[in-house]
Amino acid sequence: MAEQVRRNKQVSDRSEATSEVTATTAVQSGQTTSDLDDLLDEIDDLLESNAEDFVKSYVQKGGE
Amino acid sequence: MAIPKICGIETEYGIQIRGGESNPVLASSLLISSYVGATSKKSDARGIDWDFQDEQPATDARGFSYEESYAPEIESHMVNAVLTNGARYYVDHAHPEISTPECRTALEVLAFDCSAEEIVRRSMKLAQPFLGPQSEMLLYKNNSDGKGNSYGCHENFLVSRDVPFGRLVAQITPHFVTRQIFAGAGKVGCEIPGVSEREVPYQLSQRADFFEEEVGLETTLRRPIVNTRDEPHCDPQKYRRLHVIVGDANMSQTATLLKVGTTSLILAMIEDEALLLDLSLAHAVPAIRQVSYDLSLRQTLLLRDGRRMTALDIQWALLEMASKYSISHGLECLGGQDDGEQILQLWETVLSGLSGEPESVAHLVDWVAKKRLVDGYSQRHNLKADDSRLKAIDLQYHDMREEKCLALRVGLDQIITDEQIQRGVTEPPDSTRAYFRGKCLERWPDQVISANWDSMVFEVDKGPLRRVPMMEPMRGSKEVVGHLFDSATSLAEFLEQLGV
Repeated sequence: MAEQVRRNKQVSDRSEATSEVTATTAVQSGQTTSDLDDLLDEIDDLLESNAEDFVKSYVQKGGE
Repeated sequence: MAIPKICGIETEYGIQIRGGESNPVLASSLLISSYVGATSKKSDARGIDWDFQDEQPATDARGFSYEESYAPEIESHMVNAVLTNGARYYVDHAHPEISTPECRTALEVLAFDCSAEEIVRRSMKLAQPFLGPQSEMLLYKNNSDGKGNSYGCHENFLVSRDVPFGRLVAQITPHFVTRQIFAGAGKVGCEIPGVSEREVPYQLSQRADFFEEEVGLETTLRRPIVNTRDEPHCDPQKYRRLHVIVGDANMSQTATLLKVGTTSLILAMIEDEALLLDLSLAHAVPAIRQVSYDLSLRQTLLLRDGRRMTALDIQWALLEMASKYSISHGLECLGGQDDGEQILQLWETVLSGLSGEPESVAHLVDWVAKKRLVDGYSQRHNLKADDSRLKAIDLQYHDMREEKCLALRVGLDQIITDEQIQRGVTEPPDSTRAYFRGKCLERWPDQVISANWDSMVFEVDKGPLRRVPMMEPMRGSKEVVGHLFDSATSLAEFLEQLGV
């Protein structure tokens, strides 16, 4: 872990601008626990009603 | 110096018509024809056909081809159109597929990948009236049906022909095996026959289960980590197109940006012989699965020189080399300093998060966002690992119906604005020959007979057909030909000024 932190720091030292932007991005951090709870509350309305049939009937041919 | 990393993404979508036509080829044709018919600028409302003249998917980058390998076939009878944004929209095997136009930067290709999603959503709406009242068209931007059938999301990168292909394979493979820690789209369960959900309840990647070779020509059987299709779609003396089949289709914009951006950067470093550490893995194929199944991100991989490193260690080592490279060589290969710095900063942010608390990057990384949802739901309802509802969550994470899509609800960061996405549905990028292609289609739709990546065929004043080659991906940009579109009053005049 110490190795990781050291490396991380080395990379961060590349420029001050880098560290600043990284910090900003980190602050924007996505969903909070309560956001997740809200989504879990409504997820049953979003999910297809018969999950087993829905999942079973989704069959694709290979592509590419 | 490294050449500009022109890049693009081709995405095959999963498709199903509920309560109706079960043939996926017909469903895909209906989807695309509905869109092309409604948006075509040709007076007969037909699309502009794709021109197959230069397609050679069976050519192997290593200069040979195995007798028993199954080269991809060209299916020219299926729906296949070119759009005014420079993209190609077509039926590939049993899937609708969109290739973005050629782009100059990873950020640009991300924008066109988002526009491609929007084109698919509009197509679904336009196709609906052709279905019965009880039918519904379902599309998924994912890579597997959960039953062992996979379809791809391929990236393409312009690489100098000067780089020996063997060195390219050796040096890019460690990245392809380990980048899934931030580019993996996440998957409930495992599709290796005989492996149950109890053994692998969740994994980082949609695709890792399907790779069986380190290098090869196939894309549908015995898939290789490095694909050798040698079909540059540009001057073959100067360039190759690295056709990358190992990636997942991402819902997270950050993941798409990083997947393309980091790969572009490492390819540039390979061209400049600046990838100084040898990170070759002893067993790349088992390693790609090991990384995908290791949710702790702590397991080590055996390197060819006997060392052991985690996937995170390898990514940190690549980032460190890339940071030094950015100082010694600059970042023009990625389209400029700002574009390159954005990639380096995001790469570091994501690796830092994954090294500490992976949940902290749930707004950036698909597999983390999806896992949070799957775990939360599973705990709340006390579900077993093989419960269908968890697989339904996985599938609906990638649902192209906005009202059903879970990825739109998990708080992923949005990098591309809605305005950019709408614009990219019809407008080509300024930076490559896609500008020429798209603007010709917009201006003279009735006189464009066909188009493909590296040429266009025109009919001028009922004379003989004229093919205009476009062997240089950077030529045909707005900077080069924009003023000709402004000044020319006819196609004949335009071609004359172009000197062809």
